[in-house]
Amino acid sequence: MTAISGEQKKSSRLKEKTLDGYNFAYLDDQTKRMIRRATLKAVAIPGYQVPFGSREMPLPFGWGTGGIQVTASIIGIDDTLKVIDQGADDTTNAVNIRRFFAKTAGVETTENTSDASIIQTRHRIPEAKLKSDQIIVYQVPIPEPLRWIEPREEETRKMHALTEYGVMHVGLYENIAHFGKVTTSYNYPVQVNDHYVMSPSPIPKFDNPKMDEMPALQLFGAGREKRIYAVPPYTKVKSLDFEDHPFEIESWSECCALCGSSSSFLDEVITDDKGSRMFVCSDSNFCANRRAKGHKGPGLPRKFEIKDIE
Amino acid sequence: MTNVLLSAKNLSHHYASQVGCIDINFDIYPGEVLGVVGESGSGKTTLLKNISGLLQPSSGSVKFDTRLDGLKDIYLLSEPERRLLMRTDWGIVFQNARDGLRMNVSAGANVGERLMAIGARNYGDIRNEATDWLQNVEIGLERIDHYPETFSGGMLQRLQIARNLVTKPRLVFMDEPTSGLDVSVQARLLDLIRGLVSQLGIACIIVSHDLGVMRLLSNRLIVMHQGRVVEQGLTDQVLDDPQHPYTQLLVSSILPV
Repeated sequence: MTAISGEQKKSSRLKEKTLDGYNFAYLDDQTKRMIRRATLKAVAIPGYQVPFGSREMPLPFGWGTGGIQVTASIIGIDDTLKVIDQGADDTTNAVNIRRFFAKTAGVETTENTSDASIIQTRHRIPEAKLKSDQIIVYQVPIPEPLRWIEPREEETRKMHALTEYGVMHVGLYENIAHFGKVTTSYNYPVQVNDHYVMSPSPIPKFDNPKMDEMPALQLFGAGREKRIYAVPPYTKVKSLDFEDHPFEIESWSECCALCGSSSSFLDEVITDDKGSRMFVCSDSNFCANRRAKGHKGPGLPRKFEIKDIE
Repeated sequence: MTNVLLSAKNLSHHYASQVGCIDINFDIYPGEVLGVVGESGSGKTTLLKNISGLLQPSSGSVKFDTRLDGLKDIYLLSEPERRLLMRTDWGIVFQNARDGLRMNVSAGANVGERLMAIGARNYGDIRNEATDWLQNVEIGLERIDHYPETFSGGMLQRLQIARNLVTKPRLVFMDEPTSGLDVSVQARLLDLIRGLVSQLGIACIIVSHDLGVMRLLSNRLIVMHQGRVVEQGLTDQVLDDPQHPYTQLLVSSILPV
């Protein structure tokens, strides 16, 4: 397609689909420029939290305003957007943010991970391997991994600058001392490129290994805390651990009840008030694709019987 | 003769128009215990902050015998170097144990933190070190996973000492380590500090207004009054034969038991 016809297509699509009176992708251009500058700095210093002037968005802080602002400033008319919340495409947060960008930017949206050029996510990284032409945008509630042990911002910045991260292991020590193993299961701290310790946002630690050397660009936006940080493609991301208690991810004794996968992150679903339960993939798109290919799981749980607890 | 460990030269500190301390000079050698006495407001704590890197003095120099480069002015070191010094070669025991401890993590983690800060990454080793040190300061091992909030005042102070000594520092600063504790607990703590200091050969600078504590712990004594050092010498000499009128007043005002 030539450049001219591309332009024509773009402008006609913009007229057709976006809301009148709003800028493309809602944010004004000055704000987008400011966020892009912060994002570039973040990419240049992997894991470093760059402050930015977070804007009021048409939804409350805590609902993904940081991720939305990052997405709004990097999205173009030719992008295809996928939004997930806890791995699923059909939950309230995901549906609303997807609709928001469909309305204000007129972009294509998809539920298929491999078709998306930008994936905005809350609490998960998709099971399908991401590619180098994709960008994943995380919604982050608390960007500072040192905050729970050091409340002073001045001090945490100094600790980051001097890579004084001994205190991060105090948290892990506490886990092992009290429970015999590391029980931190989400928002598990990582060290990026052998320097900055970074909060991976509340993804399960199951997803931590996916961040390491990921071909896709990873951007993190914290709207309320006004921070943007990033992991460039193919960057080392290491989860913190002890030599004698190495990092481990979650495992399940059962497979997905719908698609039979035993390699994906599973959610436990209670199916009645008599103790029956089933495990299903948290990544709804991954599960649907497998089922389309003919994979089958054990299905709904059998009826709960008294002998199960004996 | 051994090398000087820490040397203060012409040290002065002013708070706006107020005087912190004026023209302090002293040297401390490895393994020596130096006591600083004086009434409240005489500049003891200011001096301690000045020499422990917490507060830059208005004038004068503080030099410390660093492991790599020998005697260096601590305020001319880069910040990472000074912070490293503070968590390896130095220990600071605060008057209020809560200032020196992390109250929201267990006793074991409090002791282990300094080890983790200098790169220990083996849980088993850290746990063993913490266990040893809790034993050294006479805290029962069943308390290792308890929070400091559940500890008594004396135990808190002992835990703070363990936390500081775990990296085997060469110099420990103590600010009124026994005040606020009752007499029998004080005696036990003093015994413990004396034992550990002589056993490990740690140099110690202790600030206190309690002359009894000084008699027991320190080799040398500095007497401060209105920001100046009015007398210094061997502890017994100063306490038994005070020369300056203020020291005479101080010694004569100890309550007889």
